[in-house]
Amino acid sequence: MGDFFTASVLVATIASGVRLATPYLLAGLGETIGQKSGVLNLGVDGVMQLSAFFAYYTVLKTGNLWYGSLAAIGVGLVMGLIYAVITIEFEATQGISGIGIFILGLGLSDLLFRELVGTPKPIRRLPSVDIPLLSDIPKVGEALFQHNLLTYTAFVFVPLSVLLLSRTTFGLNVRAVGENPHAADSLGVSVERTRYAAILIGNAMAGLAGAALVLGLGIFQPNLTQGLGFIAVALVYFGSWRPAGVMAGALLYGMVNATVLQWKALNIIPVSGSVLANMAPAVITIVALAFLARRGSAPAALSQPFSRH
Amino acid sequence: MSTESQKLVEMRGITKRYPGVVANEDVTFDVEYGEVHTLLGENGAGKSTLMKILFGLTPADEGEVLLRGEPISISSPADAIDARIGMVHQHFMLVQPLTVAENVALGLRSGRRPFTDLDVVSKRIHELSEAHGLAVDPSTEVWRLSVGERQRVEILKALYRDAELLVLDEPTAVLTPQEVDDLFVILRHMVDDGRGLIFISHKLHEVMSLSDRITVLRNGRVVGSTTPAESTRESLAEMMVGREVLLTPRKPVLAAGRPRLSIRDLSITGDRGAVSVDNLSVEVHAGEILGVAGVSGNGQRELAEAIAGLRPVDAGTIQIDGTDITRATTASRREAGLAYVPEERMRDGAIGEFTVSENLVLVNHGSSEFAKRGLFSHAAIRKHSEDKVNEYGVKTPTVDTPTSSLSGGNIQKVIMARELGVKPGILLACQPTRGVDIGSAEYIHRRLIEQRSEGAGTLLISEDLDEVLGLADRIAVMFEGRIVAIVDAADAKREAIGLMMAGVLDD
Repeated sequence: MGDFFTASVLVATIASGVRLATPYLLAGLGETIGQKSGVLNLGVDGVMQLSAFFAYYTVLKTGNLWYGSLAAIGVGLVMGLIYAVITIEFEATQGISGIGIFILGLGLSDLLFRELVGTPKPIRRLPSVDIPLLSDIPKVGEALFQHNLLTYTAFVFVPLSVLLLSRTTFGLNVRAVGENPHAADSLGVSVERTRYAAILIGNAMAGLAGAALVLGLGIFQPNLTQGLGFIAVALVYFGSWRPAGVMAGALLYGMVNATVLQWKALNIIPVSGSVLANMAPAVITIVALAFLARRGSAPAALSQPFSRH
Repeated sequence: MSTESQKLVEMRGITKRYPGVVANEDVTFDVEYGEVHTLLGENGAGKSTLMKILFGLTPADEGEVLLRGEPISISSPADAIDARIGMVHQHFMLVQPLTVAENVALGLRSGRRPFTDLDVVSKRIHELSEAHGLAVDPSTEVWRLSVGERQRVEILKALYRDAELLVLDEPTAVLTPQEVDDLFVILRHMVDDGRGLIFISHKLHEVMSLSDRITVLRNGRVVGSTTPAESTRESLAEMMVGREVLLTPRKPVLAAGRPRLSIRDLSITGDRGAVSVDNLSVEVHAGEILGVAGVSGNGQRELAEAIAGLRPVDAGTIQIDGTDITRATTASRREAGLAYVPEERMRDGAIGEFTVSENLVLVNHGSSEFAKRGLFSHAAIRKHSEDKVNEYGVKTPTVDTPTSSLSGGNIQKVIMARELGVKPGILLACQPTRGVDIGSAEYIHRRLIEQRSEGAGTLLISEDLDEVLGLADRIAVMFEGRIVAIVDAADAKREAIGLMMAGVLDD
């Protein structure tokens, strides 16, 4: 145990926690924007799987990490469009439609991987970019300012999401549509258009989360996310629909994951207990959700299809 | 500028059909500059449909709308707002967690796009508030506001969009009498500015006091137009219903009997964790209707739910005929003689998907009358249901019709038939005629009075002060979870009760 509490190990653990938090944060922020507009999307995990595959495949073929990230965003937008059509045009139940999207993403990414790639081949990973000056700060610099660009992007999206939701007319429309779509409609705000936009933004961010995951690992395998997208949905509840709260949840989750990995590496956790230890993040999330989540702040029209009557 | 003869709005020959119903048939209706034109009619008479057409929420099948003399096509609320038509909906169209300014700014073009310009909006709200006497703080979240303040926000929304024609759909439903008076002053002021107002209501004394003209709709058609000077409440009611109506129920004089319902020191926690009923004591006697008056949200709902057994109590006791039922199951409360006509009739009073017949035996389908050895006697249930449907005049094709397809008044009659059918000792009736047509309301009132004559005690909880004044022997006024006064209905004054409902007590 003493091995863990050395400065270098702690710094490495924190750095790894921040890195691991990235896909959760991107997907969670996207889901927050969607839910704020009243749309529950349980398909995040599927969107991430398929985006991750396309990001991987694009990089495998072109070697260009940016093309890979763009492909992931594109997949997110297409999946978002499908989900929006199902839930807005056809007013389908959101819960089960999201599960459909999840299964589609999971199955299709698996199929495409088997057909197009077969055996896993490693690709280039996103390089770390040191932030000038800040990365030179002893310890803090290594922990926080020597990450890849998608990690920085994820954290920059936190204040941007706040700004978008609380300071722009689009954000005002999103909040109104998620709380009382009939009121918004009566003032000439298009509920449909607002929800389309929120879903597309949310899914594009889920796509980016898939890219962050696979380009951080440098390898793809079927069911790469292992339920990460569902955790991201839970983090929205954990964070009470606030970007900063989602960030806190993503960091908590990332840090617990990083600590478990570190303890396994240091043999603090015996090999026989490693399966149990892998469950720790999920258990902690459930406990945190049970005790911390305030249902009161949920958007009032969450998961309710809108129609004029 | 408009000429003298030009109307602000004219709706000509409007017809709207829904599958199986004609909601509006050849309706012609107009509003002049500077007048309040009331649209009066029962639920389902076609008032709301006509206004939805005007506001672009649904298209008309036939007919045309002329605004300021010009034909206009309004196909969405945005079109209506552009045409300077404003609407204050019966159920407030406000976003609770947003501030007043955000609610007003919603849907408007911001001067600083893509960002909002809430400071500019707030400034303008202040100006409008002062000009029209609509005091409200732009930076407060709507959920913190009182009902009266929320209504002001709705009117501000319309004024901010410079509405010249304002539609108010039952704006007084949730207000205290004083708030109604204040509202009418504000509305008069707006009309004096040259605006036109469409006032939708079924509260006849309000219609008489605010309107310049009154048009009555029945079954989707215009029955006639009149003015307050040419009409009385009775004549208006007759136009609405199509026959003579007894507006004030007549009840025989009875001596109050023994206490049947005794509530002592009752305290209840509300949904949000705050005290909603605070150390309340009251008794209802045999042969008495005790009316509970109060503005919605002062603990009436929690009190009713606690008596019915749907909400736990923190302290105190509830007794029916001497039997303590404070923590009894709902079934044993019914055995003790309680009947319950709930406020939310489709949520707590009836099961919409069930047939009329099934709903009629919902509380006693296991009794030997309706079931033998655990199996229903369908013949007995059918006979009982047909008798009840005839007795109460429930309009339904058959007793096997799903209850949800009936009108509100008929559903309420089904519930009343079931609850009164068990000859209760105590009847707990919550908002028994809310949303019910005048004809059915008249009938329900008569049954309540018969019930009283038979020696039952009735606790009548109603936000309709006229109903309480007309039916009750004594009136208990509830404010912030307490009964602040109990007055004899014979010497009760509307204004005095209105003040007590707002928490103003002279002592």
